[in-house]
Amino acid sequence: MSWSEESLQRADDILARYPEKRSAVMPLLYVAMREDGYLTDDGMRQVAELTGVTPAQVQSTASFYNMYKREPVGKYLVSMCTSISCFLMGADDVLHAIEDEAGIPAGEADDEIGVEHAECIGACGGAPACLVNYELIEGLTPDKAKELVAWLRSAKPDVINADEMQALFGGKTSFDWGIREERGAVGPFPAFGPFGTADVNTDALEPGRST
Amino acid sequence: MIVEALTRRMNAHPTDSHTMERYLETGGYEAARGAITKTRDELVETVKESGVIGRGGAGFPAGLKWSFLAPARPAYLVVNGDESEPGTFKDRQLLERDPHAMVEGIIIAAVANEVHHAFVYIRGEYPKPARRVQQAVADAYAKGFLGKGIFGGDYDLDVTVHLGAGAYICGEETALLNSLEGRRGEPRLKPPYFPAAKGLYMAPTIVNNVETISNLPYIFGEGVDWYKGLGHEVDTGTFLMSISGHVNKPGNYEVVHGITWRELIYGVAGGIRDGKELKAWVPGGASAPWFVPEEHLDLPITKDETGKQGSMLGSGAVIVMDEDTDMVAAAERLVRFFAEESCGQCTPCREGTTWLDLILQRVLHGGGREQDIDLLMDVSDNISVGLGWPPKQTTICPLGPSAVSATLSLVKHFRHEVEEHIGRGTPVTISGVSS
Repeated sequence: MSWSEESLQRADDILARYPEKRSAVMPLLYVAMREDGYLTDDGMRQVAELTGVTPAQVQSTASFYNMYKREPVGKYLVSMCTSISCFLMGADDVLHAIEDEAGIPAGEADDEIGVEHAECIGACGGAPACLVNYELIEGLTPDKAKELVAWLRSAKPDVINADEMQALFGGKTSFDWGIREERGAVGPFPAFGPFGTADVNTDALEPGRST
Repeated sequence: MIVEALTRRMNAHPTDSHTMERYLETGGYEAARGAITKTRDELVETVKESGVIGRGGAGFPAGLKWSFLAPARPAYLVVNGDESEPGTFKDRQLLERDPHAMVEGIIIAAVANEVHHAFVYIRGEYPKPARRVQQAVADAYAKGFLGKGIFGGDYDLDVTVHLGAGAYICGEETALLNSLEGRRGEPRLKPPYFPAAKGLYMAPTIVNNVETISNLPYIFGEGVDWYKGLGHEVDTGTFLMSISGHVNKPGNYEVVHGITWRELIYGVAGGIRDGKELKAWVPGGASAPWFVPEEHLDLPITKDETGKQGSMLGSGAVIVMDEDTDMVAAAERLVRFFAEESCGQCTPCREGTTWLDLILQRVLHGGGREQDIDLLMDVSDNISVGLGWPPKQTTICPLGPSAVSATLSLVKHFRHEVEEHIGRGTPVTISGVSS
């Protein structure tokens, strides 16, 4: 049940960033998801061992937050915002388009794609908006959303990059995004090396680099 | 009406405002370098004098909050970047486009509060802003602005960037602290757990919003007089407002308090799209009671005036709705958010928000009953006794009463629309939105 050397090294680095080990539970749950693709019982036991709390306490924490997925959600998790600002700009139609094209109702997944509705993702000025593996696309339409899903199925990108998706499928943004962000996500969890510094950041890979 | 302080650097340097090089070239880290030579009393006094109020939603004076810090040490500083209030996206821009302003603000706030370990809590759905902050923190360590003996002196300061995992309630400061301790993000009972007395690991803790902290380099760099001269005489400084919904130019705008809602919606945000009429707007995030044009359009945007009118500026999120908006649908969507995000500790919130949503859904889908309006009011009263403003709470935190805001606003201003839905008795199609 033990983690890879890389994950254990990451766990050590994370634990060193906090005055109390228990604070590392949340970042380590992301490491567990990266290790297994989603959050398994073994993964939670490993987090408990590393942080000195009980497996039940880790499960209690994990079950509170909706980004810790207890079941596989596919390689690409599409989270469509349906909160008020996106709703006012037609988000429900976009979600239906995503569900139609993917052939998956919100809340379910196949091996490739998971679809879910999300509460406000902080992209209200570029509504309606969605996340793919937590990387943002703003200014969606139902047609563009269908193209996005079709692209995920056909191009099967190794790295999900927000600027690439925004250029292909997006529209109005909440604000000027500024310079292109080269990094992106490699799985259905946020592309963030959960460390205090950015010198090791293997969750966020540059496009073209394979996992 | 639009001013540039916090947004100056990102507007002038769109491609590299987030980098250490640009930040230093535009005067960065000088304010922090100066702050480490000052005493806690001097620094707290400066922030008090500046009049800066917390930008996270509650609008509490930042200097006063700092002065409440209990004497025990260690103390901690936590920057609240869990921006999740529907309609709000200002912190995302600050984190992505000017993360060093926040890092410099952290240094100032840490020294002022005798803190040697600060945390930045960023919501899990913001990995890109988190990466930018992570890079900024790493660059600050490399320059010796963070770590052992910052700026070559004898003050040590560590900063840890922490990612949330999808829970609106973690924006509530005691829930955020529980989350940072690896626990469920459930708000703590107050008193006794005010963070300044007993916060992270039960140690004295200051929790400040990203925008509040990002103001500090300007207050200390340009001076209190400059800062106060920027804005309104009471609500000093500038204010980032996130405008969304049916306006021609949604976006984040840096404004000063005291302009009117008409100037904001029709001037700054370019008016209502497609030449439509304005029907209502949410003045300060999803938790704020709605404003309507016939009563509120020419009122000045200040904390006091908005409060007197029974609402709040909150996180500065303005959600604009045009004449075609089905207000029952809008209210249901707002209430649904709070029902989904209730942490479940307090029965009035857990049950109440869910029932409010179910009743509104029933009305929306043609199953409404005549007594449903009274029922909505009754359930609301059980969450927030007396239905007054500011809301009384039967709950540990204000999340439950926030769902009451939308429900009461609907019944107060648009009762006829609820009655129409009930009278129609058949499912309706909402304009532009299938339900």
